[in-house]
Amino acid sequence: MAKVTAKRTDRQRAAAATRERDARAAYRPGEEPVIRTRGLTKRYGTLTAVDRLDLDIYEGEIFGLLGPNGAGKTTTVLMLLGLSEPSGGEARVLGLDPTRDALEVKRKVGYLPDSVGFYDDMTGRQNLRYTAYLNGMTRAEADERITVLLEQVGLTEVADRKAGTYSRGMLQRLGIADALVKSPEVLILDEPTIAIDPIGVAELLELIRGLVREHRLTVLLSSHLLEQVQHICDRVGIFCAGRLMASGTVTELMGAPTDGSVTLEVGVEGDPTLALEAVRALGGVTAMEPDEGQPGVLVVSAGRDLRNEVVAELTRRGLPISHLVLRRAGLEAVYRRYIQECEERGGGRRERAA
Amino acid sequence: MTAATNVTARLRRPPAGWLVVANKEFGDHVTSIRFVVLLLILAAAIAPPLYFAAGTIRDLAPQASGQPAVFLALFTLSSQDLPILRFDVFVGLLAPLLGIAFGFDAVNVERTEGTLPRLVAQPIHRDDVINGKFAAGLTTIALMLGALTLLVAGFGIFRLGIVPSMSEVVRLLVWYLLTIGYVGFWLAFAMLLSVALRRAAASALIAFGVWFFFMVFWSLVATLAATLLAPATAAPEQVLGNLQFEQTISRLSPATLYQEASLVLLNPVAGSSNVSVPGSLGEYIQAQQQIQSLHSLDQSLLLVWPQVVILIALTVIAFAASYVLFMRQEVRA
Repeated sequence: MAKVTAKRTDRQRAAAATRERDARAAYRPGEEPVIRTRGLTKRYGTLTAVDRLDLDIYEGEIFGLLGPNGAGKTTTVLMLLGLSEPSGGEARVLGLDPTRDALEVKRKVGYLPDSVGFYDDMTGRQNLRYTAYLNGMTRAEADERITVLLEQVGLTEVADRKAGTYSRGMLQRLGIADALVKSPEVLILDEPTIAIDPIGVAELLELIRGLVREHRLTVLLSSHLLEQVQHICDRVGIFCAGRLMASGTVTELMGAPTDGSVTLEVGVEGDPTLALEAVRALGGVTAMEPDEGQPGVLVVSAGRDLRNEVVAELTRRGLPISHLVLRRAGLEAVYRRYIQECEERGGGRRERAA
Repeated sequence: MTAATNVTARLRRPPAGWLVVANKEFGDHVTSIRFVVLLLILAAAIAPPLYFAAGTIRDLAPQASGQPAVFLALFTLSSQDLPILRFDVFVGLLAPLLGIAFGFDAVNVERTEGTLPRLVAQPIHRDDVINGKFAAGLTTIALMLGALTLLVAGFGIFRLGIVPSMSEVVRLLVWYLLTIGYVGFWLAFAMLLSVALRRAAASALIAFGVWFFFMVFWSLVATLAATLLAPATAAPEQVLGNLQFEQTISRLSPATLYQEASLVLLNPVAGSSNVSVPGSLGEYIQAQQQIQSLHSLDQSLLLVWPQVVILIALTVIAFAASYVLFMRQEVRA
């Protein structure tokens, strides 16, 4: 019994923490979103890269746009920056139309492109200085800001080495500094963790999170590696074949399995076969198997939440419960399900394109 | 947005994007190995013509008192044995290479290095990229050609004691501008290729191929076409017709246009008969009887005006094409 309570408290604490985080980024009716798209569409010939996208990103939140390669993430980002013209629908960034006010949008939005590149024969500092000049900064303004940013991304030591000698991780960090040179209000990061080793990814994301809080930015971050970025995103949108399949906080997405089915872990003290029989007697159980990781624990899949019934039945049979956990569908699983669903539907799209 | 931020935004200097791009590109160009190598090649290429021209001028000098435009002869005279060794011919041959060298990888390298999305995401117009790169390339080339021209002029003044007259200086200046315009065409052409082709190697190969074709094969093409389409028979009219046809074809090449304009500008004696095939037998006879006379600069300019206009038009077309193509291209690789 003690174990159950302990588990529950842990979970409650976690839930409270997420609620707190969610409250900060929750949907705020009445507030003007920083990035807002309605029916945004991009077609290349017969291929629809982005299909009627509706997106709202509010001030101060980190929004993760997740989806497999080729889902249309980069296309969306380019349209938000006014670098690609939408075929339909509209986009607003800070209330501006990126197609008409491209310059004003680009002045306020920092952008880290997918696999960012720098001029190899210029130093990291010179590369940033070029960006600063393009943003109309003077030499003195530029140097001051660049020194601070290089320090923040941890590149001070190598700032005067040619960018051609940088590792991928260093280039990525230089790219973040580059996006911040113009003191943007919005930061768009396209696949910031690509081609970096796992430890580097954790560091980079921590860096992004810290910088975002410090510079009070609104962030749109795209990635195809969900488990890497879910921790720093306030909200995520799952994007596939040009369509937004779902969006919400990580907990919202995890807590809402699409068909209402649940997975329980059930453990009793004593003979597990007794528990097996007891649970089997309940209606609604779809599958049952011993848990590989935890001896004596059963993994029960059911069409609905059976927790109370399990407790009642086991208590009636006088079996002491040692373990009862509602397994949340991992975001990974939710993500995979959406992608699978979309690929099944998206088959037609590819045929049309071919 | 409040009125206050609006005002501050407007008070900020308008960042002339193309100027920033041009500055950076120019810095890259003059510190590049490419620049040094090209400068050495050019210097090596003009040394022999200069040597021969100087020798010829020395030989002729005793009888040359009163000879017009001796100073410009430095740029147009060659050795009697090797007529190809002439400064103006060499520049006409090699100057396109400068344009190609500074243009063939202007845009596609930004693409392959992944710097293009970052560049166009800055608050500059997209054409600022092309304008800036064109300006930087042309400035670099103008600097190189200017240095070489001055080197030759200085050599003439110090070693041979030839002092240029004012009109000669002006002619040289106009010729210099013409040459820059001509190289500008090749630069614009190479930049068009760099926008159209994703691989720098491909665009370099095509640019050099086109250059080689115009420099070496175009006269053959013109002769061949003229022989086939307007064969010369015994009749003098038909000989003239053949020649005229050949000239029309050869003038489709920017190299021919430049050579004609260059010849007239550097040689005050050269008249229309040096440039154009006579239209009729009568004109031919007239040209034969013409007394060689000096043309004033405006007369020479009048003579080469069509060539200059066509060269400028070609440059504008190449530039506009790369501009339109670049604006329509997707940013991502």
